[in-house]
Amino acid sequence: MFIKPYGDTSDDGAVQLSFTLPIADCGKAREAARIYVQKLGFKTASIVHAQALSENFTFFVAYAKTDATLDYDKVEYAEAVAKYMTMDAVNEFIKTHFNRKLVIVGACTGTDAHTVGIDAIMNMKGYDHHFGLERYPMIEAYNMGSQVPNERLLARAKEVKADAVLVSQIVTQKDVHLKNLTELIELAEAEGLRGKLLMIVGGPRVDNKLAKELGYDAGFGTGTFAEHVATFVVKKLYDRLTSGK
Amino acid sequence: MTPVKSKLGISRPKVDRARRLAEGIVAPVQEFIEGHTTVTIERATLRLLGADGANADGVPVPNIIASQCGQRLAAGAATVYLNALVKLEKTAPSLNREIEKGLDISGLPLVSPERIREKAAELVKDLDARLAANTERRNARLTQWADKAGSPLIYVIVATGNIYEDVKQAQAAARQGADIVAVIRTTAQSLLDYVPFGPTTEGFGGTYATQENFRIMRAALDEAAEKEGRYIRLVNYCSGLCMPEIAAMGALERLDMMLNDSMYGILFRDINMYRTFTDQHFSRMINAAADIIINTGEDNYLTTSDAVEKAHTVLASQLINEKFAFNAGMPARLMGLGHAFEINPGVKNGFLYEYAQALMAREIFPDHPLKYMPPTKFMTGDIFKGLAMNTLFNFVSKATGQGIHLLGMLTEAIHTPYLQDRHLAIANALYVHNTMADFMGEVEFKKDGIMARRAAQVLDETIEMLAEVKRSGLMNAIETGMFAEIKRPRDGGKGLEGVYEKAQEYYNPVESYLKKKLNIDEKTAA
Ligand code: B12
Repeated sequence: MFIKPYGDTSDDGAVQLSFTLPIADCGKAREAARIYVQKLGFKTASIVHAQALSENFTFFVAYAKTDATLDYDKVEYAEAVAKYMTMDAVNEFIKTHFNRKLVIVGACTGTDAHTVGIDAIMNMKGYDHHFGLERYPMIEAYNMGSQVPNERLLARAKEVKADAVLVSQIVTQKDVHLKNLTELIELAEAEGLRGKLLMIVGGPRVDNKLAKELGYDAGFGTGTFAEHVATFVVKKLYDRLTSGK
Repeated sequence: MTPVKSKLGISRPKVDRARRLAEGIVAPVQEFIEGHTTVTIERATLRLLGADGANADGVPVPNIIASQCGQRLAAGAATVYLNALVKLEKTAPSLNREIEKGLDISGLPLVSPERIREKAAELVKDLDARLAANTERRNARLTQWADKAGSPLIYVIVATGNIYEDVKQAQAAARQGADIVAVIRTTAQSLLDYVPFGPTTEGFGGTYATQENFRIMRAALDEAAEKEGRYIRLVNYCSGLCMPEIAAMGALERLDMMLNDSMYGILFRDINMYRTFTDQHFSRMINAAADIIINTGEDNYLTTSDAVEKAHTVLASQLINEKFAFNAGMPARLMGLGHAFEINPGVKNGFLYEYAQALMAREIFPDHPLKYMPPTKFMTGDIFKGLAMNTLFNFVSKATGQGIHLLGMLTEAIHTPYLQDRHLAIANALYVHNTMADFMGEVEFKKDGIMARRAAQVLDETIEMLAEVKRSGLMNAIETGMFAEIKRPRDGGKGLEGVYEKAQEYYNPVESYLKKKLNIDEKTAA
């Protein structure tokens, strides 16, 4: 199936854009902005709003139409889990298939000081009326908080014989999260822990694809709840258990 | 205080009760503060007496002197510096240069106490003249351009990491209508136990607070102000391990506002509580002497806790901040107590609660330029909804007469503001401020309506919390997680090793000057 953006008729290819150019606002500037949008590959463009931000910067709003189409069937993306279980179902699943509690350790690592994301997944209270992992009777959850060095997270995982490690990355400026996540994976490999642990990453600029590319088992972005991660963990561990038999 | 008729039917006796509880909470901590000094208070003192510069390794002169003093810091570093000035017959700049090159001033034979006092009197006089000139200059401009002053004042942030990029963005913001520009500090500066020296171009999520950066931005905003015919206020962060030193630098370079909270460092940066309490007092005396408005950080409570359930923690903290500030000789007109619009937008009637709480803050703190902060936690990648949320926030701010209005950015959940994000925010605020210019005087609220009940509930919960904090003591309360649900042990955190019990012979002419200027002993005795 080939697709194009939809404005108000099929395949009109309508797109809205806004951006700033380092030039003073004037007729020539608006024309420059229009040409610039066309240079981006748009067939037609109109500048519907221009506003001087200072003597030498102007903000533009543009509407443009594109010819570009995309074959949707060729797009590859796998969600970490296709269908999520509820908290109760996760607990039943663990009881039935594992006969023990699963151990999960989480932290926001590196210099990142944001705790709210990892707390949303792990703390008793959870997030938006979805309980966190600490609330799961069949999960032993350890939340180490933020600004945790990668070494410490892994040491803790080893100490409590964790089944899965959860790492949160919120700050993404200058790609610090990519550097930090790569370091964590390399450390886990160097310590021979990688094969024994599920390694899962989350944060607003994270998705499953990025996580896989970085060598993680799964990635979760905005709007994640504990049951999403929990479903992935129990299913994946179960797969490993049964395929190992 | 200006008596205001409460539109929400807020009980005056209850407010008085809450204030008395806050006084009772602060008093024992204040006693500790009076008996102690810290390494950064001593460095701030040195700075105010003229110590400046850094050696080839980037170690600032005030830090070099402090390490030379070692345990003698307990008696005050001023003696050592003043003695060197007298003994070596040098001016502060030339002594600083010698110290940068390696001169140790701690071993010099002591001149007579009289000569040290004389020198102190001379330098303190210079300091006083500098602060007075700064205040005069600010007030002259504010008066000259009084007709251009909007209300609330529009506050935006720049955070490029490079002071020269910051300048471009700040000047553009001033032109667009900003009244206040804050230069956000780079990540982790609050945990450095020194203030970097010179202009800087590499910061992360913000720009280093250095005295030279202050100077560069001050000049840029003064230039923009002349062009716009509007005074543009400059803000920085007087927090972290060097709180008093930043206060000193800000006072010298005519900053206009400083983020400064009595408990933020403890709770959110894990700085030791003895250190923070002692530092905040000295830094507030400096701010007050320089006529600098402080902004407290109550908004932070609502990023880690639920804004409906924990609204009372904001009011409780405001009252504690107020009392600490008062003890530092600060008048209400310099207390920009913080609060924020952080209720989950999905909550039914959430807007009414926000409105009630903002109005409640206004009524409880009638003479304070309240600092009102925008939605952040529930901002998402849906920038269009974000803009709508910011508009409602702007509405509440104007409708309740807030003093300092920190603008929300539609891209809050994505990145530090782009030039155009700031423009959209300012345009939105100016629109709201104008279209509802006289709205506040036009409305009254239903007796016992949703809003009146909300305000009463928050006040009741505040009193309950303050009573509990008073019973256990503020330090215990922090240890047990009563604020922001974060627990901090009193002997834990960073910077405890830099706290000293004042020796019998403790001497600090800057402190004496500040206390005298601010009538502190009289006030606290009263
Ligand atoms: C609250 C907050 C703070 C608080 C943090 C308090 C705390 N204890 O956490 C304070 C004030 C301390 C703070 C500080 C800073 N912040 Co901040 N902060 C925010 C804010 C407003 C909300 C974040 C939040 O709590 N969201 C709510 C949670 C529930 O959402 P979430 O984190 O996305 O988590 C969800 C998912 O991502 C996922 N998830 C997250 N982690 C994980 C982990 C796993 C394993 C899984 C499965 C899922 C998962 O599930 C969660 C629930 O659905 C955001 C802006 C925003 N609206 O996003 C800025 C923001 C994240 N901060 C930012 C910045 C720059 C900073 C500072 C660097 C500023 C400075 N110069 O000092 C400092 C950081 C210091 C440091 N060393 O990290 C930027 C980051 C920009 C970027 N893209 O890099 C943002 C986007 C604001 C901005 N526009 O500038 N911040």
